[in-house]
Amino acid sequence: MSEDYVLELEHIRKEYPGVVALADVTLQLRRGEILGLIGENGAGKSTLIKCCSGAVIPTSGKIKINGKTFDRMTPQLAAENGIAIIYQEFNNVKELSAAENMFLGRPIRKGVVIDRKAMEEEAAKAFAQLNIKINPRELVKNLSVGYQQMIEIAKAIQQNAQVLIMDEPSAPLTNNEVEAMFKVVELLKSKGVSIIYISHRLEEIFRLSDRIEVIRDGEYVDTLITKDATVDELIHLMVGREMTQKFPPREPCVDYSKVVLELKNVCGNGDVDMSFKIHAGEVLGLGGLVGAGRTELAQVIFGSKPKDSGQIFLNGKEVHPKSPREAIDLGIALVPEDRKRHGALLGVSIKNNINMPTYKRISTASVINSTVEKRTAEKYREEIQIKCPTINQLVKNLSGGNQQKVILGKWLAADSQLIIFDEPTRGIDVGAKYEIYKLINDLVAQGRSVLMISSEMEELTGMSDRIIVLAEGHMTGELTKDQFNADTIMAYASAVADKKEVS
Amino acid sequence: MENKLNAKSFLKSNMIWLVFILEVVFFAVASKGTFVATTNIVNILRQVAYYGIASVGMTFVILIAGIDLSIGSIITLVNMVCAFMMVNMGINMWIAVLASLVVGVLIGLLNGFMVATVGMPALIATFASQTVFEGLAFLITNGRPISGFTKTYPAINLFARWTVAGIPVCALIMVACFAIGSFILNKSYFGRYFYAIGGNEEAAELSGILVNKMKYLIYALSGLFASLAGIVLLSRSGSAQTTVGKGLEFDVITCVVLGGVSVNGGIGRISGVVAGVMIIGSLTNGMILMNVSEYIQMVVKGVVLAVAVGIDCMSKKGKTN
Repeated sequence: MSEDYVLELEHIRKEYPGVVALADVTLQLRRGEILGLIGENGAGKSTLIKCCSGAVIPTSGKIKINGKTFDRMTPQLAAENGIAIIYQEFNNVKELSAAENMFLGRPIRKGVVIDRKAMEEEAAKAFAQLNIKINPRELVKNLSVGYQQMIEIAKAIQQNAQVLIMDEPSAPLTNNEVEAMFKVVELLKSKGVSIIYISHRLEEIFRLSDRIEVIRDGEYVDTLITKDATVDELIHLMVGREMTQKFPPREPCVDYSKVVLELKNVCGNGDVDMSFKIHAGEVLGLGGLVGAGRTELAQVIFGSKPKDSGQIFLNGKEVHPKSPREAIDLGIALVPEDRKRHGALLGVSIKNNINMPTYKRISTASVINSTVEKRTAEKYREEIQIKCPTINQLVKNLSGGNQQKVILGKWLAADSQLIIFDEPTRGIDVGAKYEIYKLINDLVAQGRSVLMISSEMEELTGMSDRIIVLAEGHMTGELTKDQFNADTIMAYASAVADKKEVS
Repeated sequence: MENKLNAKSFLKSNMIWLVFILEVVFFAVASKGTFVATTNIVNILRQVAYYGIASVGMTFVILIAGIDLSIGSIITLVNMVCAFMMVNMGINMWIAVLASLVVGVLIGLLNGFMVATVGMPALIATFASQTVFEGLAFLITNGRPISGFTKTYPAINLFARWTVAGIPVCALIMVACFAIGSFILNKSYFGRYFYAIGGNEEAAELSGILVNKMKYLIYALSGLFASLAGIVLLSRSGSAQTTVGKGLEFDVITCVVLGGVSVNGGIGRISGVVAGVMIIGSLTNGMILMNVSEYIQMVVKGVVLAVAVGIDCMSKKGKTN
């Protein structure tokens, strides 16, 4: 029976003090198949794969590899049995070469001396197997993220991995790199390697996988054959409720008579000649490829990076935000892309996070008015429905969507008029995405303005009232709602040679 | 389950006081009661006062994941400057004391400049100022101690020798400093800022905190508390010596991290630091009482520092799994 399966997880349960991370999850991986594993954030995907790698010891349940049964894994056991995991963050040493990274911790030696040549040959062989062109001698720091990921994969293959588990492999990659990664994954499959592919991006799951397993709240939900499954069905299984629309409906609420933010020929932080307006109640989408200068533009408006020239007007008055503090006091807010690094203060409570930008306003002679502090936090917890037992909970214990809400709550508390979202739903699951969209709608309905940077075409066209597109630090196009079209946006986004002539 | 958890977390957060009680019992028994005699308790309070005071500033610094190695030198320099002003320049004691506090703040601001504006690692920046100001303290009199000010200005005895209702004034100053520290951390918005910066500097900046300004403030406060500790020490010894503050920063750092302030920043409370100060103070006193040699004392303190930081790091490691 179990000969068909390389890896079987049977009734895996993992309890932490006070929390059940996995209630009962079963997973079967066939030889040479790609199994998509999906579930909302907090569904238990990461814990599950950590059980396979030995980083987490299951409370109960069995792990079967090629028919051999284990109660738990250790990193050594996992490697010996051919299980390899490609994490979102790579375990590489930037100052070492590609080959040295592949043999990190287990170098090929001649006596006590490292045999660099043999390692380079082996690495070259592994790269050739995967049809990837990397010079084994190149230092990893000079390689793009996509190539760094390839090295991780090559390393797994070189160690004879039979099962490759990939955790959100496309997240850090550009579109071209994703394509290259798909090719490698498909190649591996054809060589008989079994792959568990975890991703939030359903289109990737559909494109690559043979079967799809859905888990929700630490429970196994269902496994579907990919070619018989539909997006709606998957979303339904993931969130446990019917999702009729991706984007909540919005009454048009743009007040074109009121310009909130205007940039005139702003240059700086890598961007050149930025000129545009945002109106009250408007969502202005900012499209473009990764590295087009969108985040950089947000940093300039938010005062965290200086501008070299040009003018910024807020409500018709010229402003010069020189620090986030000044921008916040002017009514500008930034919800950054990297939530954990730049957005939320993870080790601090929800209450303190929400009040952080406004502590000075609610203090007299530096003493915080704790009643106001509490009331504000409770107000936004309720208003934007942050799911938490108490406002004293640390933000690191919240799911991604709820962390995003805390960040938004803090800007609402600061009474921000213009809110810049940098990839508002990156790494957030489908159900929570919808809630974030609803919140954005609420913001503009209240007359606030939103500048939304997004690399997801659907999100960009689904949420924006108007879109401007950047390419290599230049504005290359502007589209009104009736002109929204994915192809046009892509054309503008890749319009590098003749910047302004594309139409 | 909830109760069990609460009891566990209560025990965990108050573990340090348990250690303190065990330590007191041990020395009380080992010294056949001398350790807990009133005179010795007053003595301990007098001994811990100066590093208790300095530990408040150090708590802020370590909370933002910084370190201040210069406070030993600040204490020495303050001793020399204050005594020099009184004895060699005939300046009024109160003005001399005030000027000494200003010296501490200025050195703190210089540390702040190196750490925040220049961007030097705190370890190196404050190590540099430690060396510089230790040298300067020596140069004031070419290493000769200054004494004789207690006769001219008997009021200097106020800080360490006078008592109120049997309690040394310096102990009261220490308690006041702890109260101020606790107030800043819990009631004022500065405390919220400190925890935020210690947790994640970049996110704190993007939440509207002027991180660099706060760093100046924190290092200046560290300098201020250190110089106040210096005045207390001057009052206690009755003469200023160029070696008086040497190595004190390590005692203070030990107290702070023993008290549960994480060297990685963002975590810690004044109450824990109070316990840390009491543990180190009793340990030193108890060992002296039992005629333990100075070198063994060093060994013990070093081990305590390593164990305290070790526990902090291990609990951090445990959480990631």
